[in-house]
Amino acid sequence: MADEICVQIKSERDIVEARQEGRKLAAEVGFSGVDLTLIATAISEMARNIAVYAGEGEIALDSIEDGSRRGIMVVARDEGPGIADLERAMQDGFSTGMSLGLGLPGARRLMDELEVSSRVGKGTSVTMKKWKR
Amino acid sequence: MAVPILKQGNYLIASIQAALTDADLLELQDNLVNGVGRFRSRGVIVDVTALDVMDSFATRTLRTIAHTIKLRGAETVIVGIQPDVAFAMVQLGLTLDTVATTLDLEEGLALLNRRLGNGADHGR
Repeated sequence: MADEICVQIKSERDIVEARQEGRKLAAEVGFSGVDLTLIATAISEMARNIAVYAGEGEIALDSIEDGSRRGIMVVARDEGPGIADLERAMQDGFSTGMSLGLGLPGARRLMDELEVSSRVGKGTSVTMKKWKR
Repeated sequence: MAVPILKQGNYLIASIQAALTDADLLELQDNLVNGVGRFRSRGVIVDVTALDVMDSFATRTLRTIAHTIKLRGAETVIVGIQPDVAFAMVQLGLTLDTVATTLDLEEGLALLNRRLGNGADHGR
């Protein structure tokens, strides 16, 4: 099992590396075809959220197991402004400023699980998981 | 990594070769929008066959390119969106709106030829 991979996001230039590392790890875990693209796209959206809203942060990637199931976990962390209204942020069509990204509901559709914890002024952590079928 | 732009007749063809950063996409946008004026092009093709991810920024930039080029008096066709990429875009809720898309470069050229009434010098 691979160790956790961490990609620092300091600007939009790091987004490509984050999604390429994610695709690589997902392939090692055994994902193929469209799942690789879904995972890479979800990582791209979360990495962009970090670059746009927080300025910097990190994307941590790890393989996970649950009984016989294997999967990938992606954690997007930043110490940015945080999300004031998390409930609204999880609704389709809601986006603050710059209208970049479709944000969290879109990423949730690409993955199997998505959890957000955020504190205003402290930062945001988005944990996404996808399991192999 | 800059995207090479090929001039063929009165068309411009941009072939994306590898993953693009946001800055690369914006540079492509500038080069195409200016190129239409410089070369007096009537049609623009953006070949995204090599792209393994089209996220919200890439989609929005391609939409902006097509709409801006339309205002400059030329037509844009996006060609070669891969099946997995198309599926991910739908899942994410991304759309290219009214922007023309075709399966591949050949179909893209055929579409431009039909729309612009061009003859055999462009292939079909």
